[in-house]
Amino acid sequence: MSVTVRIPTQLRSLTGGQGSASVEGSTVGEVLKALDAAHPGFGDRLFDDQGGLRRFVNVFLDDEDVRFLQGLETLVADGQTVSVVPAVAGG
Amino acid sequence: MEFVTGLRCRECGRPYPAEALHVCDYCFGPLEVVYDYEALRATLTRAQIEAGPQTIWRYAPLLPVADPAPIDLGTGCTPLVRADRLAAELGLGELWLKNDTANPTGSFKDRVVSVALTKARQLGFKVAACASTGNLANSVAAHAARAGMVSVVFIPHDLEVAKVVTTAIYGGHVVAVEGTYDDVNRLCAELTSEHPTWAFVNVNVRTYYAEGSKTLAFEVAEQLGWQAPDHVVVPVASGSQLTKVARGFAELHEVGLLDEEPHVRVSGAQAAGCAPVATAFAEGSDAIRPVKPHTIAKSLAIGNPADGWYALQTVRNSGGAFAAVTDEETLDGIRLLARTEGIFAETAGGVTIATLAKLAAQGVVRRDERVVAYITGHGLKTVEALASTVGPSATIAPTLEAFAAAVDVEGGLDRSEP
Repeated sequence: MSVTVRIPTQLRSLTGGQGSASVEGSTVGEVLKALDAAHPGFGDRLFDDQGGLRRFVNVFLDDEDVRFLQGLETLVADGQTVSVVPAVAGG
Repeated sequence: MEFVTGLRCRECGRPYPAEALHVCDYCFGPLEVVYDYEALRATLTRAQIEAGPQTIWRYAPLLPVADPAPIDLGTGCTPLVRADRLAAELGLGELWLKNDTANPTGSFKDRVVSVALTKARQLGFKVAACASTGNLANSVAAHAARAGMVSVVFIPHDLEVAKVVTTAIYGGHVVAVEGTYDDVNRLCAELTSEHPTWAFVNVNVRTYYAEGSKTLAFEVAEQLGWQAPDHVVVPVASGSQLTKVARGFAELHEVGLLDEEPHVRVSGAQAAGCAPVATAFAEGSDAIRPVKPHTIAKSLAIGNPADGWYALQTVRNSGGAFAAVTDEETLDGIRLLARTEGIFAETAGGVTIATLAKLAAQGVVRRDERVVAYITGHGLKTVEALASTVGPSATIAPTLEAFAAAVDVEGGLDRSEP
């Protein structure tokens, strides 16, 4: 599955300034691991020591927070967009 | 004189310059303002503050921007009123209400916006933006108008009519987004990356914005004669306000303006239809699961609260508690506050009063404590929530007989104090 990942400003140093990247993967977790393989450093920034998403990282599949779906196990379809968004905003 | 030395990640401690940054590039933790407390302790006095303006800017040395002419509509120094009639109804002793409905646009948001936009202007921003449940939109649009900045505010499409009108009147861009506040917030978080020259007050300048809420603690302490209360009850949406109120009391002591170290119990109020933090508290959990909000308290309808975790820690560490109240209890809370103290609060205030009542009944908020409840927004903003529950006592023909037959005023005297 080819999936677009949208990258926030804070992580664009890892993609040479690009705001999005195209990677392969069949779950959200695989997509993010593929992102780390293509642009080393993402894994360290997105995941904690236990392999879960860091507390202040939100990940969306299209319009839905993956915590309302199956988290990192959520299946992705060809052409969908995964967005990485800092959680500290709003209120 | 400015006492800010920089920013620091609250999670991993990495230092950052005092620019338009809100999250740590490394761990995404929130950035916080770092002050030179030693210098503050050496120079800042009660007398100096007391001689300052009747606004939040009397506390300028403890705010993250030094500007002789801040963007200000006259925010702060709102009344702290003793609430004996409400206390009697709730079985409490010394109860005070911080009436922040008295701010220029009718909510506490004027505090955070005045600070955020003053800093944004200093950093060179000309566009003021925000994601809002309504009160913030009012305040950003008004302050931007006063400062001659362009405003772009994003709100959920189903907001109360009053909040839309009281934003749009200032002439900025008002964008209604088909989704919940959390959808609006996510859109703004992404827009911040695309429009780095816009100051989103609660995204890229959120670090400064949040500091404005400390003035809710500063004022209460000063109004109580430079003493902290024993217990505060604060509504929780993102959790930022509650966290900063607690911080404000601690900071006053840190800079030597309180004689005694404060031990303020901090309790949080949420609507049952959007209670991710209260739920985590009740379950004894550290994980705050996001929810899809269903509540009339739209200004508290944040299902994915940015500072929820910090609010949870603050409440737990202080020995306070959370409670969540239904829409019906919220409306009862609004009516109780209005009936006993003459203050008309928006739905968030109803949530706060209903939570206070619940925690008082549970014995969490105690009769021997000096208690302050924060009433953070004006009732005129959310009249439609009440419209079907209150109205004329009677509709009569213009005659003495019709009046006498319809209304028993003397019977109401039973309600007043002897």
